[in-house]
Amino acid sequence: MNFSTDFEKYIARLADSNLIMGQRLSELCSKGPYLEEDIAISNIALDYLGQANMLYELLKKAGNGKYSVDDYVFHRNERNYYNLLLVEQDNGHFGKTMAKIFLYSTYQKILYSQLSKSTNDDIKAIALKSIKEVNYHFKHSRAWVLRLGDGTKESKVKIQESIDELWRFTGEIFESDYVENNLISENIITASNTYYDEWSKIVKDTLLEALLTEPENVVMLTGGKKGLHTEKLGFMLAEMQYLPRTYPNAKW
Amino acid sequence: MPNSIFEDKINKDLKIEPRDEMPDGYRSHLIRQMSQHAHSEIIGMQPEGNWITRAPSLRSKMILLAKVQDEAGHGLYLYSACETLGITRKQMIEELQTGKAKYSSIFNYPTLTWADIGAIGWLVDGAAIVNQVSLQKTSYGPYSRAMIKICKEESFHQRQGYEIICTLAKGTDEQKQMAQDALNRWWWPSIMMFGPHDKDSNRSEKALNWKIKRESNDSLRQSFIDKTVPQAELIGLKVPDDKLIWNEKTNHYDFGDIDWEEFWNVVNGKGLCNKERIEHHKKAHNEGEWVRKAAVAYSEKKLNKKVA
Ligand SMILES: [Fe+2]
Ligand SMILES: [Fe+2]
Repeated sequence: MNFSTDFEKYIARLADSNLIMGQRLSELCSKGPYLEEDIAISNIALDYLGQANMLYELLKKAGNGKYSVDDYVFHRNERNYYNLLLVEQDNGHFGKTMAKIFLYSTYQKILYSQLSKSTNDDIKAIALKSIKEVNYHFKHSRAWVLRLGDGTKESKVKIQESIDELWRFTGEIFESDYVENNLISENIITASNTYYDEWSKIVKDTLLEALLTEPENVVMLTGGKKGLHTEKLGFMLAEMQYLPRTYPNAKW
Repeated sequence: MPNSIFEDKINKDLKIEPRDEMPDGYRSHLIRQMSQHAHSEIIGMQPEGNWITRAPSLRSKMILLAKVQDEAGHGLYLYSACETLGITRKQMIEELQTGKAKYSSIFNYPTLTWADIGAIGWLVDGAAIVNQVSLQKTSYGPYSRAMIKICKEESFHQRQGYEIICTLAKGTDEQKQMAQDALNRWWWPSIMMFGPHDKDSNRSEKALNWKIKRESNDSLRQSFIDKTVPQAELIGLKVPDDKLIWNEKTNHYDFGDIDWEEFWNVVNGKGLCNKERIEHHKKAHNEGEWVRKAAVAYSEKKLNKKVA
C-alpha cells in the first residue's frame, strides 16, 4: 500500500507515531509501579490509540475509502510505516517510559496547537480534540521527570540515563522534507523544523528544574519518516498484525 | 430482642458503616472476601492483558485496553473500601504475594486464543455480575456502594465479550472452532466461580446470617446458567455438558456434576498459570520499588522546603 499524495503521507506519519506509541505503552498494562500509575499509563495509551484512529479515518477519507482503518494498521510492512524512531523504542523501566512520553508529548503539544489553526477542518478538529489529551500526557510525564530527577540517587541516575539514551531519536522530529512543502503553502500544516525552538526551551527548562543535564554532542538518528526503522519495529508489527495476517478471510 | 446495635442494624437491613461497632468475625470475614475480590480484579488483568498487543482490530484493541483498565479501577476501589476495615493496601498486597490471600482461581487458566478474550468477557464477567448484583445488597456500606459502582461497567464488559464471541461464531470455520474451543475450556471454570455447593460451604451460613452474602452459591450459579445457556444456543455454540437440559417443573436448567477435584487442584497450584500470575505481580511490584521510593523522597523534599 503506497500513499500517493503528500497529504496522505503526512497524515500517515502522525497516525503511525501515535499508533506505535499506544501499542508500546499498552504492553505495560498490569506492570505499573502501583495501581494508580498503571491506570494512568493505560489512559495515555488509549489516548494515543484514539488519536491514531482519528487520523487513519482521515486517511481513509483521503483515499476515498479504498482502505479501512484496519487495512492501514494490519496490512502494511515495516518499510511502509512512517512513525518516528523514538516511539518504537522499548518501554524499558518506568523512567525511560516517562522520558519517552515527556519528549514526545512536548512535541505533540506544539504540533497540535499549530494544527488547530489548520485550513483543513478535519485536521483542525482532530488537533483541537487531541490537544487536551496531550496536555495531560505532558503534565503527567513532566511531573515524573521532576520527581525522578529530584527523588533518590538511584532515580536521578535512571532518569538521566533514559534522557541520554532517547536523545538521539529526537532530532528527526524536527526534520522537514518535500512532503510538507505544499501543505505548508496551503496553510494546512506548519513546518516541523519550526517546532524545535519551543520544544527545546520547554525540555531545557524541565531538565534544569529536575536537576538533570541536557545531553550534548549527540549524533542524531533519522529515517522513520521515510520508512527506515530500527530493528524494534518489525517485532512490534509481527506481534500486532499476526491475527489478521494468519486468517486473511476473517472479520473480527 | 436484639442485643446490640449491630444486630439491630442487620435485622433492619441497614448498612454497617466503618465507624460502627461490628463483631471481629464480621470484620475478618469482610476483609477476606473484599480483599480476595480486589485481588481477583487485579490478577484478572493479566490473562486479558495478554491479548492487548495482539487484538485483531484497532477498535477491539482499544475496547480491551479500556476494559482491563476498568478492572484496575475496580481493584483500586475495592482496596480502598477494604481499607475502611483497618487493613492497608500494602498488607493486602503482601498477603496476595505470600499466598495468604486468594484470588479467583479462574485466572489461573491461560488465554490461548483471541476467542478466550470473548469468553472471559461473556462468561467470567457474566458470572461476576450475577454475584456482584447480589452483593449490592450486602450489609457493609462501603462494599455495597463499590458493587453498585462496579456493576455498570461489568455489564459493558459482558456485552463486549459476547460481541467478540458472536462475531467469531458467525465467522469462518476456523473462527467458529476458536469460539467453541473457548467455550469448552471456560464453561466449567466459570460455573465453579460461584464456589462449592451450599452443603459443602461452611463459611456461607455465617455470611448469610450477617447479610454479607445475600444469596447462596448454588442459587447464584443456577441463575448464571439459566441466563447464559440461551445465549450460547442463540449463536450456535454447544455448552460442554451432556446432562444439561431444561427442566419444565423447576423452570431451571438441570446440569451435570461439577468436577470439584479439578477445582481444588487449580486452587492449590495445579493451574497452568498459578505461578506466573503471582510472579508477574511480584515482578511489577519489585520493579516499581525505586519509583515509589523516589516519589516519597521527592514529596518529602518539597514538604521540607515549604516548612523551611
Ligand atoms: Fe471488574
Ligand atoms: Fe469486568
